[in-house]
Amino acid sequence: MPYVFNTPEDQRQMLAAIGVGSIDELFSLVPAELRLQRPLEIPPAMSELELTQHVSALAAANRSTDQRVCFLGAGSYDHFIPAVVDYVGSRGEFYTSYTPYQPEVSQGNLQAFFEYQTLICQLTGMDVSNASLYDGGSAATEGVLMSMSATRRHRRVVTAASVHPEYRAVLSTYLRSLGAELVTVGTPEGTTAPDDLAAAVSDETACVLLQQPNFFGCLEEMETLVEIAHRAGALVVASVDPISLGLLKRPGDYGADIVVAEGQSLGSPLSYGGPFLGIMAVREELVRRMPGRITGETVDRRGRRCWVLTLQTREQHIRREKATSNICTNQGLFALRATVYLASLGPRGLGEVAELSLRKAHYACDKLAATDRVSPVFERPYFKEFVVRDVDGHVAELLAAAERAGFFAGVPLGRWYPELADCFLVAVTEKRTRDEIDRLADCVAHAQSEACSLHA
Amino acid sequence: MRNTRATRLLFELSQPGRRATRFPASDVPEQPLDDLLPASHRTETPPDLPELAEPDLVRHFANLSTLNMSVDTHFYPLGSCTMKHNPKRNERLASLPGIVNLHPYQPESSLQGMLQLLFELQQMLAEIAGLDAVSLQPAAGAHGELAALLVAAAYFRERGEKRTKVLVPDSAHGTNPASATIAGFDAVTVRSTPQGFVDVADLESKLDDDVAVFMITNPNTLGLFDRQIADIAAKVHARGGLIYLDGANMNAILGIARPGDFGADMMHFNPHKTFSGPHGGGGPGAGPIAVREMLAPYLPAPVVVKRGERYALDYDRPRSIGRVRSFFGNTGVLVRAYCYLRTHGPDGLKRVSENAVLNANYLLSRVKHILPVPQGDRCMHEFVATAADLKSSKGISAMDIAKRLLDYGFHAPTVYFPLTVRESMMIEPTETESKDTLDRFAETLFRITEEPADLLHEAPHTTPISRPDEVRAARQPVLRWSAATQGAES
Repeated sequence: MPYVFNTPEDQRQMLAAIGVGSIDELFSLVPAELRLQRPLEIPPAMSELELTQHVSALAAANRSTDQRVCFLGAGSYDHFIPAVVDYVGSRGEFYTSYTPYQPEVSQGNLQAFFEYQTLICQLTGMDVSNASLYDGGSAATEGVLMSMSATRRHRRVVTAASVHPEYRAVLSTYLRSLGAELVTVGTPEGTTAPDDLAAAVSDETACVLLQQPNFFGCLEEMETLVEIAHRAGALVVASVDPISLGLLKRPGDYGADIVVAEGQSLGSPLSYGGPFLGIMAVREELVRRMPGRITGETVDRRGRRCWVLTLQTREQHIRREKATSNICTNQGLFALRATVYLASLGPRGLGEVAELSLRKAHYACDKLAATDRVSPVFERPYFKEFVVRDVDGHVAELLAAAERAGFFAGVPLGRWYPELADCFLVAVTEKRTRDEIDRLADCVAHAQSEACSLHA
Repeated sequence: MRNTRATRLLFELSQPGRRATRFPASDVPEQPLDDLLPASHRTETPPDLPELAEPDLVRHFANLSTLNMSVDTHFYPLGSCTMKHNPKRNERLASLPGIVNLHPYQPESSLQGMLQLLFELQQMLAEIAGLDAVSLQPAAGAHGELAALLVAAAYFRERGEKRTKVLVPDSAHGTNPASATIAGFDAVTVRSTPQGFVDVADLESKLDDDVAVFMITNPNTLGLFDRQIADIAAKVHARGGLIYLDGANMNAILGIARPGDFGADMMHFNPHKTFSGPHGGGGPGAGPIAVREMLAPYLPAPVVVKRGERYALDYDRPRSIGRVRSFFGNTGVLVRAYCYLRTHGPDGLKRVSENAVLNANYLLSRVKHILPVPQGDRCMHEFVATAADLKSSKGISAMDIAKRLLDYGFHAPTVYFPLTVRESMMIEPTETESKDTLDRFAETLFRITEEPADLLHEAPHTTPISRPDEVRAARQPVLRWSAATQGAES
């Protein structure tokens, strides 16, 4: 009972004050026939020492990215996290606080959210950001739902096969319940062909969901695609890699209406896929349709600048069944981490991360292509990820051999793209060194030979 | 000691040329950037981010943190939010490299410890719920509601039934009707009785063959256990509908009563409430759902299964509703919940609820003379008091009391929810507060009601700011900093 204060004497005094004889009497509200008559069948209690040993053993049964050189990406990335991010994120005044419903005692969180919103606007070139959503996939879905309500086109949404397959899966789950059709434009060459998109959109299309860089790491011709969507009166929801914005054009500059992103790269650990950070930023005129919390600047009764949660009439606790979304929480702690991360890097630091990732990815692709074992699949400009084909057609064996040699070499694509069953996706961040890349290429070149396993 | 002056914005602290983090030079052969990335894709100017040194950042955020109340620093009797102590062991264990540095697409063979933990968590949650199958995927309570309603929709679709309505009590959390709408149902409101329970006559009048689900919070938002629950469930089941239990108030009944036993077919947990995950300024949470056997095939994939001695992710679920989130779920929150459950065990969990209910009833007995509790002198883990009498006699509102409490070092209770009680104050002490703290809180409430109304109208007086102009914030929205508004600095 490590977290309960009440001693037997406290309990006796409290029961006397209430005027009942036992704690059991307090539960008289629960009918006896509905009470559980046995202890829960869950494992017995552990002391902190036992729990520490137990969870440490579970942790040790995993192989982490500290033990394997990580070339896995596909929506979550092994970027470097400066110590100052962990320091701020582990301050109890931040991580044990609640939603800032009482602004007088929540200015720390509110100001940090306001700073986060500003940074996201600076990064994306958009007008307004909310204070975060669950993750990149749900942000993309919420962006689509917003487009449907803004355009009053509730029947049809278009996306590309080069958008993260799990984001599309989430979207499809939601759209099915709303009775809307999801049209997916194929991307056999690695990017969305303008003619194919033009054929898929119509004056019934609420929006086009695109990803830049896309799931394969390739760069889409966003200007052209945005123009096609806009010509049909559809909005564009652009899902972007925030790190790439240290180098790539800003979505606001190519005309995106709603920008969404997975913000994990901005100072959050991989955490086996969650919690992550859903980023959403929009053009000014869409703000009142935006889901999630928004922090605004105001003054207090003495004229002091301060911050509050605002535009809450959009939200479920006021609008109930008419709300723009059912989302209630945000990812406050991860929005805070992203704020510290971006402020720590500044414009040049973010540019460096982007450029290092780009250069090393291209070096890695060249090195891998120089082996006889794999070849690049798409001839398109790419950022920090690329797809390679195992010319022997044994992806699982190749990746397993690489893992024995100390590498998480890539994400196999067959689960989502049967036509790419002999391919895998390689991601390279600024953390990877030339030596690690050289060793990976060496391992791939010699997979299934003695040399590979000796490198471990 | 708090530096209350250090609250300029990051953008106002920025000085060209400063930076906190720099990266090593590239160690791969230099190639012209144009060869790697066509200029047409590149931005002409770097992003307009602030430039700061590390000491700027540390001082800025350390000082900002002191402007927050938090569970680590203050008593937070915020009803329905269950702001209990956040155990430090959970933070340490959830941060172990072998837990936190795992990629979602690592091979299963490299994740056996994590998958074992998640599998055991699924089993524990099923047992606590009294239900059969669990999905850990939803990212928040409201997300769990939506996922479960989609499960219900898939179940009825497969049975060839066209059920269009979800019944929601007027006292329900706002997420309930919002989730029902997003899931494609029409939300229909069911009235509560003056005692705060479901008005069964009203329920029966709305219960027809179009009703898919009745969503109920039990213990309810007044902190009362609705004794009619088994009868209600029987009525809904008799018409072929399902019962959804909003698990926000599970802290009252751990090991005492199980939703599955009292008729629920589906429920969500809020691990950030019931199982002590920290709230993080409003997130992240998680929203695992538990369902009865016949609904299990529709749960989002993947779920963790055990095959012999190995743990695996089962994606082969052809009747699944699909995904509601990318990757597995909010694993970091789930690991903390696992640590909490393993710390307590069956007896400890039951004692958590016993002490949560004891503390709430004790506090109720101390405050009911000052702030009446319309729904009686017993409660579960929280209760709803009203300042309606004080409002009419002295002009003191629930908001006035809430704001004045901040001056005395207490976070305010939840005010003006549920909507069914006038001038409501929903108070939840949790089991991790001492009798001494509860006594001081009750005495402070009493003292506040004796203070002049004018003093209260202008409260709080000691906080860094007081009574922000929320109307102005909404009517003239300033949602980001820009150089143009810099002059507004105080």
